[in-house]
Amino acid sequence: MTKKGFTSALDMPDVPMGKLPDHLEVQRTRVVCKADAPINTEGIQYFGSYATMGIDNSTPLERFRKNFKVEVIRLTDDEMEFDMIGIDAAIANAFRRILIAEVPTMAIERVFMVDNTSPIVDEVLAHRLGLIPLDADPRLFEYMSENDVANERNTIVFKLHVSCKKGSPRLTVKSDQLEWLPDGSKLHEVAPSFPGEQQKAYTSFSGSQMEVSKKPLGVMHKDITIARLGPGQTIELEAHAVKGIGKVHAKWSPVATAWYRMLPEVVFLKEVKGEEAVQLVDKCKQGVFDIEDLGSGERKAVVKNPRACTLCRECLRGVSEDPVELRRVRDHFIFTIESAAAVPPEVLFTEAVKILEEKCERVISELS
Amino acid sequence: MEHGSLTDESLPTFSVIDEDHTLANSVRFVLNQDPRVSFCEYSIPHPSDNNVNIRVQTTGDSAKDVLKDALHDLEAMCQHVRSTFDASVTEFKETQPMKKMEVDE
Repeated sequence: MTKKGFTSALDMPDVPMGKLPDHLEVQRTRVVCKADAPINTEGIQYFGSYATMGIDNSTPLERFRKNFKVEVIRLTDDEMEFDMIGIDAAIANAFRRILIAEVPTMAIERVFMVDNTSPIVDEVLAHRLGLIPLDADPRLFEYMSENDVANERNTIVFKLHVSCKKGSPRLTVKSDQLEWLPDGSKLHEVAPSFPGEQQKAYTSFSGSQMEVSKKPLGVMHKDITIARLGPGQTIELEAHAVKGIGKVHAKWSPVATAWYRMLPEVVFLKEVKGEEAVQLVDKCKQGVFDIEDLGSGERKAVVKNPRACTLCRECLRGVSEDPVELRRVRDHFIFTIESAAAVPPEVLFTEAVKILEEKCERVISELS
Repeated sequence: MEHGSLTDESLPTFSVIDEDHTLANSVRFVLNQDPRVSFCEYSIPHPSDNNVNIRVQTTGDSAKDVLKDALHDLEAMCQHVRSTFDASVTEFKETQPMKKMEVDE
């Protein structure tokens, strides 16, 4: 409420025009993590916020293009860690959700049991087979719907035929005993009425699958235990793998998992010197703080590695006055992707972004 | 995938089938940046049904056009993310020695 003769805060000389005061800047760009819970978690996300201060809070496309940055920290065949700067949580989360649930892979879906005298029940064995990651690039294959014929473009056929001889010790069936059949299923839907009669098999491969995949297909890890057989027990089955997405069943999820965290920021609220500084450095087990010698025997605590902060809040425990403030930068995401599929993690991320584009396209075409 | 726009008192709500928070939250974010939008929100009527209701209220323009523009913007943002990411990965691979693949013995 302004009274007559009272100057508005905006006209006061120490508030710079066109720039937000510090506390509002923190509210706009940081999530503050207090000792009990974070505050400022909801982003002030529309163009008109801070309009009275003359700040344009919108992120039009040009500004996004100018500010957006990606920095790769670590990249191997199995996992990668990279930073995305200048993007909003809504879109970063969309990428994470798509990576987990909507990027397709190949996994065993149907198992044709011929003989199973193992202690593992049919359905449990089939479930275990479905969870085995396959070394097949899903981009080379097509989806198979119920009306489709199983052919070399949409099905991969594996055979498993193991038996443990009487008198020999227990045998462990590992995933490398799954044999790839490039020419399709060897099982017939109807038994031939005389030897040599050609009957329809469960799949109709018109040629070898090597033409589709260009390299032999198999499993990603050869040492996964499928079952254990005692003497005299046998497993004989044929397994058909198809393309699917994680939303339908988690076996089709291409990532061991994918997650992100926001860049931590640690800010000193007051100077921490001497004995307190040493205690602070000790408290933090992640090595966030370090001692800086000021000369004349004085030691001060400084922030050495804020990125390592895991928000354990040990530095805030047991003190009457918080020496530091733990914050997260709202638009800086540290993404980690662990690939469990035949596709390397950087390709997985590119596929995920493409899938989000396709979703937009679908809605646009529906609207037109 | 169908959509229907339920016009009650000229405040359009778009009901999108086969979508969830993944697309809806991203579109809501992009829509909020548009100065023509006075109100925008999305809701999921029931988690078991795969629908999202996106409600867009504009300062005069057709809500359908504003939504289409927002989707085009989101697509452009995705393409930019992809190209920046690809460039970054290529640069990283060139400057770092290639890590050796873990070999199963």
